Amino acid sequence: MSNSLLIKGGSILGGDVRDLLIRDGHIVEIAPSITSGADEVVDANGCVLLPGFVDLHTHLREPGRENSETIATGSLAAARGGYVAVSAMANTLPVADTAAIVEQVAAIGKRVGLVDVFPIGAVTKGLEGHELADLGSMAHSEAKVRVFSDDGNCISDPLLMRRALEYVKQFDGVIAQHAQDPRLTEGSQMNEGVIASTLGLKGWPAVAEESIIARDILLANMVGSRLHICHVTTRGGVEIIRWAKSQGMKVTAEVTPHHLLLTDELAESYDPIYKVNPPLRTQSDVEALREALVDGTIDIVGTDHAPHPVESKECEWQTAAFGMVGLETAFPILYSTLIATRRMSWQRAAQVMSIAPAAIAGYAFHGQELAVGVPAHIAIVNPAGKMVVDRAQLASKSKNTPFHGMEFQGTVLATVFNGHLTHKVGI
Amino acid sequence: MKHLLSINDIDKDFAITILDTAAEMARVSEGPVKKLPTLRGKTVVNLFAEDSTRTRISFEAAAKRLSADVINFTAKGSSISKGESLKDTAQTLQALGADAVIIRHPASGAAHRLAQGRWMNGTVINAGDGTHEHPSQALLDAYTIRKHLKDGKGDLSDVRVAIVGDILHSRVARSNVLLLNKLGATVVLVAPPTLLPYQVESWKVTVSHDFNAVLPTVDAVIMLRIQQERMSDLYFPSEREYSSLFGIDAERLALTKPGTILMHPGPMNRGLEISAEAADSPQSVVVEQVANGVSIRMAILYLFIAGSQESINV
Repeated sequence: MSNSLLIKGGSILGGDVRDLLIRDGHIVEIAPSITSGADEVVDANGCVLLPGFVDLHTHLREPGRENSETIATGSLAAARGGYVAVSAMANTLPVADTAAIVEQVAAIGKRVGLVDVFPIGAVTKGLEGHELADLGSMAHSEAKVRVFSDDGNCISDPLLMRRALEYVKQFDGVIAQHAQDPRLTEGSQMNEGVIASTLGLKGWPAVAEESIIARDILLANMVGSRLHICHVTTRGGVEIIRWAKSQGMKVTAEVTPHHLLLTDELAESYDPIYKVNPPLRTQSDVEALREALVDGTIDIVGTDHAPHPVESKECEWQTAAFGMVGLETAFPILYSTLIATRRMSWQRAAQVMSIAPAAIAGYAFHGQELAVGVPAHIAIVNPAGKMVVDRAQLASKSKNTPFHGMEFQGTVLATVFNGHLTHKVGI
Repeated sequence: MKHLLSINDIDKDFAITILDTAAEMARVSEGPVKKLPTLRGKTVVNLFAEDSTRTRISFEAAAKRLSADVINFTAKGSSISKGESLKDTAQTLQALGADAVIIRHPASGAAHRLAQGRWMNGTVINAGDGTHEHPSQALLDAYTIRKHLKDGKGDLSDVRVAIVGDILHSRVARSNVLLLNKLGATVVLVAPPTLLPYQVESWKVTVSHDFNAVLPTVDAVIMLRIQQERMSDLYFPSEREYSSLFGIDAERLALTKPGTILMHPGPMNRGLEISAEAADSPQSVVVEQVANGVSIRMAILYLFIAGSQESINV
C-alpha cells in the first residue's frame, strides 16, 4: 500500500511553487524541489494547492433514501469535487436525531474512507419542530456532533430556537438554521417576484428568509450562542448579517454555488431541475451574495448537495422535489464566477471552501494551512482546466444538476485525503 | 408554430388571423352542414386532469366539427387519478398516435412539460394550466369584444377592458392581459390588493381598487370567478364584503356607458361576483362567449394542427 506521495510543482494558495512530500498521512516536507523517491507522484504543474475542501451542508440520503444517494456514492462525488470532509444533513429516514443514527452514519463514512463524514444532528425529534432531539447524547457519542440542524425545515418556534441555541452552548455546538418562515411559504414554488407572478407559480418571498435571519440573530446574541445561517439567498439577508457582524454578533453564514450563479428566470422553462429550496433569486441577489462572500459577510460556500431520483424531477414543477446536486461542480463555479475574475483571492478561496467551514463546525485536522506536520488534506485545482458538465458522468447517484451542458473554468485535478489520492483526473 | 402554450407563443398578426379564422368557422357553424373535413384522420386527445365541463366540451365540439377523431382522457376514472405521472400519460398518448393533445392540468407549466418534446411529439394546446394561462379563453374573449366593439374586424385599439376579481389565481386574467395588450387594448385590473400578483406594477396594466370609478370608463368588463376557499386563506374578510366591493349587480352595471359588454368565463357564482340580474341583463354576453369558444377552438385546431397549407372550404 502506498504510503508516500509527492506533489510536484503546485502553487501553494496561488503563491510559491513548491513540491510537497506526504508520508503516513502528513505533510513531511515542503521545498522548491524534492527528488527523493515517493510511492506515487502527482504532477501539479500549473495547479494551485488548497487545503482540502470542507462542506458544511451535504445530503447523503443514507439511511433511508439510498435510491437517491448513499454515503459511498456521495463520498465519491465529494472526493471528485476536492472535498475531504462533508457534513451529512439529518433529514434521513430515520432522522438523525439520536446517538445511534449519527454513530451509524459516521461509521459507514469511515468504512467508505473517501472523505470524513461528519453527521449533523437534528435539532428537534423527527425534524418536527416540537421537542428537542437528544442533542447531548449526539454530542457525546462517537460521532461527536457539534452542528445541529433541522435543515429542510425551519425551526420556526422562537422559544424552541432559543432553547436549542442555549442548550448546545454546553458542548460548543452551533445551530445551523434553514431560515424559512413556514406560514409565509405555504405551497411556495419559487422566488416571489415578477417571474413567479407571470408563471403562475406560488411565490417564496425573500422576507420569509430575512425575518427568520433577523429573529435568530437577535436570539443568538441575547443568549450568547453561535448561529449559522444555511444557504443565504437574498440581498436583504446579506444586509442583516452584515449589520450583525458589524455589531460583533456571533453569526456565520453560507451561500451555495447555485445561488452564486443562477436566477429565477430559469423557471420560465418550467423544468424542475431549477426547483430548489431556498429558491433561485434575482440577478441583484446573486450580485449581493458574490459581494458578501468576497467581503466576508458570508463566511463559507456550502453545497446543499441534494440528490433526487429521476422521477422526482421528471414531472410537473409543483410536484417535483426541491434540490440539486452540487459537490462536483462547486469549485468550478466558484472559480468561474469569482476567482478567474480576480474578485476573490486564492487565500479567500481557501477560507470559504475549507478553513472557515472547518472552524465553524470544529472539525479538528481539517481546514489547516498547508504546512509541514499537518494532516495531508489537499485539493489540487487546475485554473486552466475546463469542465463541460455532463450529468451522466457525475459520481453522485442522482443526476439532478442544473449545470448540465454548461462550461466552467477551473477544475479539481486531484484530491488528497489523509495522504491518499481519493480523486485524480485521468485515473 | 407548433404549440399553443401561452399567448406569448403568438404575435399580433397571428392572433388576428386566429380571430379572422374563427369568424369563418362561425359561419360554417351557422350553415346547414356544420362539419368540415379538415382534420379527417387526425387524432385529437382531450387530456383533462382537472374538472372542467365547458372547456372540454367546447374543444370536443370544435374537433368533431373539423372531423377529427377525439379521445377523451379525463381525470376521474383514468390512470391520472391513480397517480400516473405526466410522463407516463404523455408516452401513452404518443403510443396512441395523438396528433394533438389539448391539456387542462392543475399544475402551472404542465403544458410546457408535455411540449418539451422528450415524451411525445404531437401538438400541445394549453386548455388551462394551474394559475398560469388559458390562451383559448383569452382568444374567445378577444373575439367576443371585437365582434361587439370593433365590428368583428382588425385589432382592439382604443378598447378599454376591466378585468375584475381574483387576478392572482386566474389563468384567464394572465392570458387576457397579454392578448389584450398585444391587440392594442388597454387593461385595468380591479381587485383588492391581496388578490393581485406580487409586483403587478411590472405588467402593462393599470390597477384600481375602486370598481365604481372604473365602470364608466370601460367598454368591456370581464368578471372572474371567486373561489370559496380564498376566504379561509385570508384574502378577504367575507363573501358579503367581497361582493359589495367587487361584485357586479344591476345598480353597478347602470354605471357603465351604453354599449359596454359584461363578460364572465364561467362557471359563474351567481350572487357572489355577479348578480343574477347582471348576468341575465342585455349587456351580458356570457352565453355568446360559450358559442364563440367553439369557433375559436376550431380556428386554433385548424391553424395549429392542419396547418395553413389546406384551405378552408366554406
